[in-house]
Parts: sequence; structure tokens; C-alpha cells
Amino acid sequence: MPMPAPQIEALIRAALPDAEVTITDLAGDGDHYAAHVVSAAFAGKSRIAQHKLVYAAIGPAMGGELHALQVTTAIPN
Amino acid sequence: MTDTPADPVAQRIADLVEGHDVVLFMKGTPLFPQCGFSSRAVAILSHLDVPFHAVDVLQDAEIRQGIKAFSDWPTIPQLYVKGEFLGGSDIMMEMFEAGELHALMAEQGIAAKG
Repeated sequence: MPMPAPQIEALIRAALPDAEVTITDLAGDGDHYAAHVVSAAFAGKSRIAQHKLVYAAIGPAMGGELHALQVTTAIPN
Repeated sequence: MTDTPADPVAQRIADLVEGHDVVLFMKGTPLFPQCGFSSRAVAILSHLDVPFHAVDVLQDAEIRQGIKAFSDWPTIPQLYVKGEFLGGSDIMMEMFEAGELHALMAEQGIAAKG
């Protein structure tokens, strides 16, 4: 079942309140998204740890209800 | 991650990632990837001309579930280099674009085209 973009954004913001989240619907089908997440919480963390924070925010829907989410992370300047 | 695993699936995964320098757990085969993310991961490794061992998780339900617990990572594809989990296709792409993937292969003594 597809997940609407605002819901993805809300889940990420709930876990990373300072996050700047940009969601792109890649296929226009509500099922394939790209999320660019900028948060100070990523500072000093490896890429794996940064992406894990995003996956953890989305919770069990990741890899299930939400099939495809391309993730990129960055630390604010 | 490389602790001695108690369950047989984790042991199979550990044997796979330790038995080959570069292992990609993916959906489908390198020739016929069944998912855009797996396809992208294969394209990156092919571009670097790195030999890798591909494991098609669609052919093995135990591995498909087990790999997620093994790495504490919810999605496939997953890349392992010298037994270490490196990330999924997004991290591969970021590292590739930054030249880091090539550098890492070189550090690990794995021949890659720049």
C-alpha cells in the first residue's frame, strides 16, 4: 500500500525535529520516493549510521509498506 | 556483526560475506536485476569493474529476511566488502560519486577502474 509523502516527512521530523526534509515522488505513483534529509543529528556519524537514523524514523513501514525510498543525508552548513 | 552467530541463516550469511571479497545481496541477478535499486548497485560495481559475488535474495527467503537482521538494515541491495557491511545503493552511489568507493576498493587491495 502506498504511503503519502507528507506522512514520510512527518515520520522523519518526529524523530529528527531539526530535519529539513525534501521528498520527491520519483514515479508519481506514491510508492517510489527520494528523501533528502539535512539534520545536525548526522554530525560525526558514518553514512550507515545516518541512513539508519532515517530508516529508524520511518519504522517498520520501511522495506514493507514503503517499497522504495532513496535516501540522501547531509549535515547543515 | 561478525560475532559468531547462533542461528544457521546468520552462519550462512557470515560464510558468504567472508568467502568473497565483494558480495552484493540483491533482487534478481546482475544480468537481470528485478529492482531499480539492485540494478543501480550492479551498475556501480560494473562501472568500477570490480568482480563481485551476487546473491539473489528472491531465490532464498531465509537469506532475504536474515540479511536484514544480520546488518540491522531494512532494505536490499546490501554491499559487503571484505566481510564488512558498506551500505545500500544510496550509500554506494554517494561514495561512488565522491570517489570514495574506488578509494576503498584500492585500500582493500581490490582492483577497480577509476
